[in-house]
Amino acid sequence: MMKARLMIAGALAALMLPATAQAHRQWMMPSSTTLSGNESWITVDAAVSNDLFYFEHVPMRTDGIVVTQPDGSAGKIENAATGKYRSTFDVHLTQPGTYRIGSATTMVMGSYMLNGKQERLPRGTTKDKLASVIPAGATDVQVAEASNRNEIFVTLGAPSTGLFKPTGSGIELVPVTHPNDLVSGETASFQFLLDGKPASGLKVTVIPGGIRYRDALGQMDLVADQDGKVAITWPQPGMYWLNASVGGGREGGEGGGPGGPGAGAPGAAPAPRPARPAGPPPRRASYVSTLEVLAP
Amino acid sequence: MQISHRLLLTGTAALGTIAAPVTAQTLNLSIGIPRLSVAEYHRPYVAIWVEKEGATPRTLSVWYDYDMKKGEGTKWLRDVRQWWRASGRTMRFPADGVTGATRAPGDNKIAFVAGKGPLGTLSPGNYTLIVEAAREVGGREVVRLPFAWPPKPGASVKAQGSAELGAVALNFSK
Repeated sequence: MMKARLMIAGALAALMLPATAQAHRQWMMPSSTTLSGNESWITVDAAVSNDLFYFEHVPMRTDGIVVTQPDGSAGKIENAATGKYRSTFDVHLTQPGTYRIGSATTMVMGSYMLNGKQERLPRGTTKDKLASVIPAGATDVQVAEASNRNEIFVTLGAPSTGLFKPTGSGIELVPVTHPNDLVSGETASFQFLLDGKPASGLKVTVIPGGIRYRDALGQMDLVADQDGKVAITWPQPGMYWLNASVGGGREGGEGGGPGGPGAGAPGAAPAPRPARPAGPPPRRASYVSTLEVLAP
Repeated sequence: MQISHRLLLTGTAALGTIAAPVTAQTLNLSIGIPRLSVAEYHRPYVAIWVEKEGATPRTLSVWYDYDMKKGEGTKWLRDVRQWWRASGRTMRFPADGVTGATRAPGDNKIAFVAGKGPLGTLSPGNYTLIVEAAREVGGREVVRLPFAWPPKPGASVKAQGSAELGAVALNFSK
């Protein structure tokens, strides 16, 4: 339980969510993904909620969101504002091709023993700061990385693939089908990488938006093949939420961490500490995207 | 847009790369745009293109608000969505010989000459001429007209739209 609580703390810090949000779905919703013209604007809603895609819980913070332009240079988000239920920001598209808008964070979670007492790493510890947060004399250091990526793609003109070069960190999507070239009734294929290698066996969940107005969730559960590839046949046009995660106990589920209500929340009663399982904590990574599927 | 047409034809003639034979085949297309009784009417954006299996789709004409300031009329080209995916998104606008003004309700005639302009040279085979219309604050419709090339003398193809397009007819002449 101790370890689970550590995990949650780290994962939540990485997701930049309030502590109660781990059972919810994080998403960004672009006003358009397929655009024409010499230049164009899009606006994006960003929130964390149960139902897709409705603002009903908490906003997603915008401070970690990065824009990558088709030529690989950095763009920017503009007019960012955070309300009670959602954040919103704009992106000015000035280059032809595909833009990526998203956040990718890698946090280090873990614990060490100092003077016979187990201490945990502070929330939001990044890899480069790891050395500075472990005091001299600490023993039995156990650390695990949690990489969380939430990204969307929008294209002005023809789709381009320049920005899909993998970084080798966390879960990444590599297009076989371009994510801005999705049409209802067709089958799209994406490759997923985990730390740069094909994520074979990765569980991927795809849920169509509009949950409020239907009874069945319509969730599609997919498993990546040995090349890390999944094939998705889109049943109808619309916006879809795609999520994949490893090491969090909810693989292919909600992208959050394990633990009951209030786990990791400030002031929560200390949980009993069971014996730590042998071996280092598992690698944790999650991936979220919102994909638009057009009518044929 | 007459200017664009003329510029392109002049350019082609000057290059002398494609000499149209004296008896060039001509595709004569009639596109019915229905008169609609709606509170807010805008003339539809219309794209006309040909497809052949295994070949790159070829845009023949696009009618849109090409004369808005800063090219703002191109913002809605993506709403002609099948054409946008098939061909439009790889094009630059205005496109010489392809860009045209939106047209009023009625039967609109347009002709394309083989070996010239946007139609260019067609290799023998089975083609589909596709007409797609999308209207601001309105709907969208596609009609498809299959034809064989070279066409048999007197061949004609007809299709009937139901909402955003009326009768669409293609025939061939020399």
